This record gives sequence, structure tokens and C-alpha cells, in this order.
Amino acid sequence: MNMQKKQLMPKWFYQMASPKWCYKITGKLLPLFSCTGLALLLLGTVWALLYAPEDYQQGNSFRIIYIHVPSAILAQSIYVTMALAGAVGIIWKMKIADMVAYACAPVGASMAFLALITGAIWGKPTWGSWWVWDARLTSMLILLFLYFGVMALYAAMGKPSRAARATAILSLVGLVNIPIIKYSVEWWNTLHQPATFSLTEKPAMPVQMWLPLLVMVLGFYCFFATAMMLRLRNEILSREKRTNWVKELVTKV
Amino acid sequence: MQFDTWVEFVDMGGHGLYVWLSFAIAAGIIIINVMLPWINQKKLIGSLQRKFQREGDLK
Repeated sequence: MNMQKKQLMPKWFYQMASPKWCYKITGKLLPLFSCTGLALLLLGTVWALLYAPEDYQQGNSFRIIYIHVPSAILAQSIYVTMALAGAVGIIWKMKIADMVAYACAPVGASMAFLALITGAIWGKPTWGSWWVWDARLTSMLILLFLYFGVMALYAAMGKPSRAARATAILSLVGLVNIPIIKYSVEWWNTLHQPATFSLTEKPAMPVQMWLPLLVMVLGFYCFFATAMMLRLRNEILSREKRTNWVKELVTKV
Repeated sequence: MQFDTWVEFVDMGGHGLYVWLSFAIAAGIIIINVMLPWINQKKLIGSLQRKFQREGDLK
């Protein structure tokens, strides 16, 4: 009887499932992302602070956008990544996907926090208030609490496989908040301005303003990749500490 | 270049505190997010090395 298991996904998808392979490939990718990220963030910061023109209404406080928008975009992208990785972990029983989801949570939470705090700092000179219970701000605060919930659930559940399942379900349910954040500025009357970037339309701001913003967004993505892979590698090592390949890797140095 | 003098650059047209505070918090959060797992990696590898050494001694 010839029972060959049908492979539904491309080869790399199954390779990803191997912690050893994953540890090796992230080791190669790390220097690439960390160096590119650092270069982009430095370039973006100098560009944003020194060369981008000031806003005709908001003056120089507008420069906060170069931190605020990238961190807000990241907070949402990381959340989607975390939820999808959790789903892959449940569907294919892939441990690496669970670990990716686990590694995403603290980075995502700190990005949500950064978006909220820079929003508050920006709100003070622009709206005259640190905080308003506006739809965009409130849904973003809920995102931060969802991250906290996911992290608390990980901390509370002992067994990694059970914790991964429970947090994956929580993060998938919380996914409903992402379109709410996105459309909050359209569905409700808000103080918050509409999206700066969209994939289909040209940005409303001049190129000297949005180009450094694009650099910052890319830099933030590289930063996320770096931080996530660092955490992922630690998680792989500690969960695989009884295997031979970890022993060889650690004792070799 | 948008600013002629250092004082103007630091002041940011009166919004200096807000702008610099935002960038400083961002830098802090990014550095912490990279440094913490990096330090943990050093600790983890160190403790694993000791563990494997102990196990080696027992045999």
C-alpha cells in the first residue's frame, strides 16, 4: 500500500516547523534585519527632525508623526501576525508558530504603548488635551489591553502547548478590533485625523513629508523582525534544551 | 535643513519638549526591546553550558 502524505503547502512551510532549521535561518536573517533597521531608523530620524518641512498648522509638533504613525501601524501588524501565527499553531500543530506568536506579544504591546503615549504627547499641543475618549484612541487602548491579556494568559498557564492554544483563541477573537481601529475615523465623528497612508491613494502630504515617514515605517518593521527573532531564538533554545542539536550548539562555543 | 541655529533646533518652535520626549521614549522602547532578549540569550546559553557540563561530569 502506498500511503504518501499529501503536501498541501510549499516545502519551506514544513521546514519552518523544524526548530533547528528555524534557529539556523533566523541566525542568518538577524544581522540583515538589525543592520538595515538601524540604518533606516537613523536616516529616518535625522530626516524627520532636520529636513522634513514643518506643518503649516501644527508647526514642529507635527514631527511626532514620524514615531506615532509607524508605531501605530506596527502595533496592528504585529497583532495580526500574532493571531495568524496562533491560528497556524492550532491548525497544523506547529510549535514554531506558537513560539512566533509568543515572541510577538511583548513587542506588539510596547508598540501599542508607544503609539498611545506619542499620541497623548502630540494631542497636548494640537488638541489641548492629553487624552480624549475618541473612537480611534479608545480602540487603540483596547488593542493594548488585548496584548496585556495575551501576555497575562501566557504567564498564567504553565504548559506551553495549552497556553499557546488559549492565547491563540484569545488573539483570534481580538482580531475583530483591528478593522474597528482602522475604520473608527470613518464610522464615528472623531477628533483624530484620517489615515496618513493608504495603498490605493496618493498621500495628502507633500513628498518631503511622507518619504521620511516611509523610511521610518520600514525601519520599524525591521526593528520588529529583529526583536521578534531574538525572542523566538531564546524560546527555541529553552524549549529544545533537551535535544542533541542544542547541546552540540551550546557546548561547541 | 529646517533650522538655522542649535537653539532653534532644540526649541522646535516652542514644541521642543513634546517632540524630544516622543523621540526619547521611542528610542528607549526600541533599545529595551532589543537589549532584553539579547541579555537573556547570554544568560540562557551560559546556564545551558553549565547544565551540559554538569551532566558530562556525572557520566
